Amino acid sequence: MKLLYFAWLRTRTGLGEEEIALPQDVRTVRDLVDWLRQRGPGFSAAFENMKVVRAAVNQSYVQLDHPVSEGDEIAFFPPVTGG
Amino acid sequence: MIKVQSQDFDIGAELAALSHGDTTIGGVTSFVGYVRDLAGDESVSAMTLEHYPGMTEKMLGDIEARAQARWPLAATLIIHRYGDLKPGDRIVLVACASAHRQASFEACNFLIDWLKTEAPFWKQERTAAGPRWVESRATDATAAQRWQTPKPAK
Repeated sequence: MKLLYFAWLRTRTGLGEEEIALPQDVRTVRDLVDWLRQRGPGFSAAFENMKVVRAAVNQSYVQLDHPVSEGDEIAFFPPVTGG
Repeated sequence: MIKVQSQDFDIGAELAALSHGDTTIGGVTSFVGYVRDLAGDESVSAMTLEHYPGMTEKMLGDIEARAQARWPLAATLIIHRYGDLKPGDRIVLVACASAHRQASFEACNFLIDWLKTEAPFWKQERTAAGPRWVESRATDATAAQRWQTPKPAK
């Protein structure tokens, strides 16, 4: 699966995008966030407060209970500030 | 029509092209957003707009389709820039053409409200204290929510 990070999630994780294999026992976006938090201080800082993180699966907004699967494009970013 | 681009746009040329050749159009409403030089009390020297290529175009297309389903519009246009911008630069143009003014005013208002809460763009401002990511405003969410009550103009 492809993971994308934007704005301060990109700067905190130190990554714009990455390819990972679907981790074992990860079924939902929430599971994935819990798995990502274990990866180090940058990731735990990025996903510290999920009230200010929005998630998209295959370029559509989703809630944290949305399922994830191999081949998905999953993006994490702060609330948007365009316009 | 949706355009996501780094380069500037010519408002006059874009609006002329929007209504060109369609004499059913009685009015065009447009909104142009600019980079301000002040954020709160702090002076802003420059700004970078980041976006999510692919999802940005998809969300803007969804927003445009929602406006077209809700109001009788002859044409719509959303141009949004990304990349490095300075105070005074144009960021966004939203324009709606319709037979009558009310639909074009309301649809234009709707499009910019939804764009500000749904389209994946993020502003990073450069100030004397260093770069900082702009936080979303509760007032933008409130502005978008008022369109949840379906009262289309006829």
